[in-house]
Amino acid sequence: MSTPRSLLDKIWDQHVVCAPEGEQALIYIDLHLVHEVTSPQAFEGLRLAGRKVRRPERTFATPDHNVPTTDRSLPIADPVSRQQIDTLRNNCREFGVRLFDLDDADQGIVHVIGPEMGLTQPGMTIVCGDSHTATHGALGALAFGIGTSEVEHVLATQTLRQSKPKSLELRVDGELAPGITAKDLVLFLIGKISTEGGTGSVIEYTGPCIRALSMEQRMTVCNMSIEAGARAGMIAPDETTFDYLRGRDFAPKDFDAAVARWKELASDPGCHYDRVEVFNGADVVPQVTWGTNPAQVTGVDATVPDPASLPTAADRDSATRALEYMGLSGGQKICDISLDRVFIGSCTNSRIEDLREAARVVHGHRVASTVSAMVVPGSGRVKRQAEAEGLHRVFQDAGFEWREAGCSMCLGMNPDTLSVGERCASTSNRNFEGRQGKGGRTHLVSPSMAAAAAITGHFTDIRGWDYKG
Amino acid sequence: MEPFTIHTGVVAALDRANVDTDQIIPKQFLKRIERTGFGEFLFFDWRFLPDGSPDPAFELNDAKNAGASILLARRNFGCGSSREHAPWALGDYGFRVVIAPTFADIFYSNCFQNGILPIRLDEADVDELFQRSQPGSYTLTVDLEKQVVSDDHGFSKTFEIDPFRRRSLLEGLDAIGLSLQHVDAIDAWERAHGVGQG
Repeated sequence: MSTPRSLLDKIWDQHVVCAPEGEQALIYIDLHLVHEVTSPQAFEGLRLAGRKVRRPERTFATPDHNVPTTDRSLPIADPVSRQQIDTLRNNCREFGVRLFDLDDADQGIVHVIGPEMGLTQPGMTIVCGDSHTATHGALGALAFGIGTSEVEHVLATQTLRQSKPKSLELRVDGELAPGITAKDLVLFLIGKISTEGGTGSVIEYTGPCIRALSMEQRMTVCNMSIEAGARAGMIAPDETTFDYLRGRDFAPKDFDAAVARWKELASDPGCHYDRVEVFNGADVVPQVTWGTNPAQVTGVDATVPDPASLPTAADRDSATRALEYMGLSGGQKICDISLDRVFIGSCTNSRIEDLREAARVVHGHRVASTVSAMVVPGSGRVKRQAEAEGLHRVFQDAGFEWREAGCSMCLGMNPDTLSVGERCASTSNRNFEGRQGKGGRTHLVSPSMAAAAAITGHFTDIRGWDYKG
Repeated sequence: MEPFTIHTGVVAALDRANVDTDQIIPKQFLKRIERTGFGEFLFFDWRFLPDGSPDPAFELNDAKNAGASILLARRNFGCGSSREHAPWALGDYGFRVVIAPTFADIFYSNCFQNGILPIRLDEADVDELFQRSQPGSYTLTVDLEKQVVSDDHGFSKTFEIDPFRRRSLLEGLDAIGLSLQHVDAIDAWERAHGVGQG
């Protein structure tokens, strides 16, 4: 009998092109996603060396980081942003890469459009010059972020140099209580294993609590694997995955044969993981970050920790610095923190289920007069679907802005930014200093928690919400 | 790529953990389409006051760190965004070595693509380097061939590094050129897996 293998082992073994003596292995890359910010220097490198894209049909591009979320018929005001988007367009034309351009109905955040078009499939190796590529692991792919030099390497060779990562099983037993979302779960897990708990590893999320998540919720969980330091996060494909993919544009023609292959991918019983951690979904309450890294997180019903109470000198230093930046003090109740802005969007939480969840909270309420709130759908398709369901009306009637698709205020490369001192409840993935705008203060939360905060003007426990829908 | 063998340089000590790549090079500088010219924006939001003048409280602006080429930091250096603009900015500023107890994976890998050597040392050794660098200008020598970090006052520690990454840096190898030597294996893999056959 052969040795039991994990999902990671199976995908890795299948993709080793060669492992020459004294070198790292060359791994074949099935799908390469490209955006405007991390690719110009890579295409320029190809041009200088007289190289071409080895597999243009496995390479897909879209502008997302830099794009305005306001009226798309107007020219982009910022000349440097415009140049970067023009450069992507020219590079795609020159090298024969399929581009979902700004005026394309399918344009959107690269990690939203990959799965929704069925480009992302179980068992694939997927890379992109973006750390949130881990999102695609939700469908049972090995997907990770790379730097621009590696983007050039993949363009030229369709392979990547890699040492096999370690494996970390995060098993979540039990089930999530009503109102608790995938975002709360992943923030809770990061808080437990720390921002470097996954360094050098690929996380496989397992257990009944994970199995019960919808496909889009799984994407939210895998998306933030990088915030725990992991190379990638993945979830073995099952009926949820197959149902999600069936009928999508790029799904395999002989779908049943593909499903039969994909069913072989799940980790074998008794396979080896380098490390295993076990949690229970029932322990998760709505999460709110209070600091400047995603592991500085607590429950909505808790208080901001007193730095002096933390176990190590490094934690105390880091918390003291974070609270100073965030304008908070130890002992303050999370529910007493008032917000200036609310952002619902990003590759973590901008899919249709996220917008439905937020709209259900907003329905029949008004955004607080002290808050400015916006919803940025993850893709053109998500936006159209939401509009077909009338969700945009729910948001607009309550006082939210309803925008075009893009990364937007997750990183504020476009005009959507926080001003100095502004405090934001955000469904994005990073609360680093200045992430959403210099001097801006970010609290990471789920879409329903962000929606509730927009209505009341301060953090509010979603478990007691007055749903009017 | 410029080979890396032995490097001696001034150490700048940045006593912070979890330094993310958003701090190393903030987003407003990611719109450039070149690989060069990022050094002036390194640690921009920490390095400069709102009026554009250098913040005297920030470590790199301390006179004793002038001309520093070795950066010393705490755990999980380079976490967050995959932006290679971070090592581009460090390299363009003049850094050739970063020493920390741990690094984030993508940043660690990106350094090697740019002739920058990231060195992991035990937390206790990093502590000692922080102490030694405190009084005045402090110089370290990094020998990649021997895998040793040392000063002239008795500090000498060996470090671990993947042998292939070490060789690539020592010889300044062209990563893509080297991989393309295996093009027959790539062709064979594609044939075996039906790539490019419709």
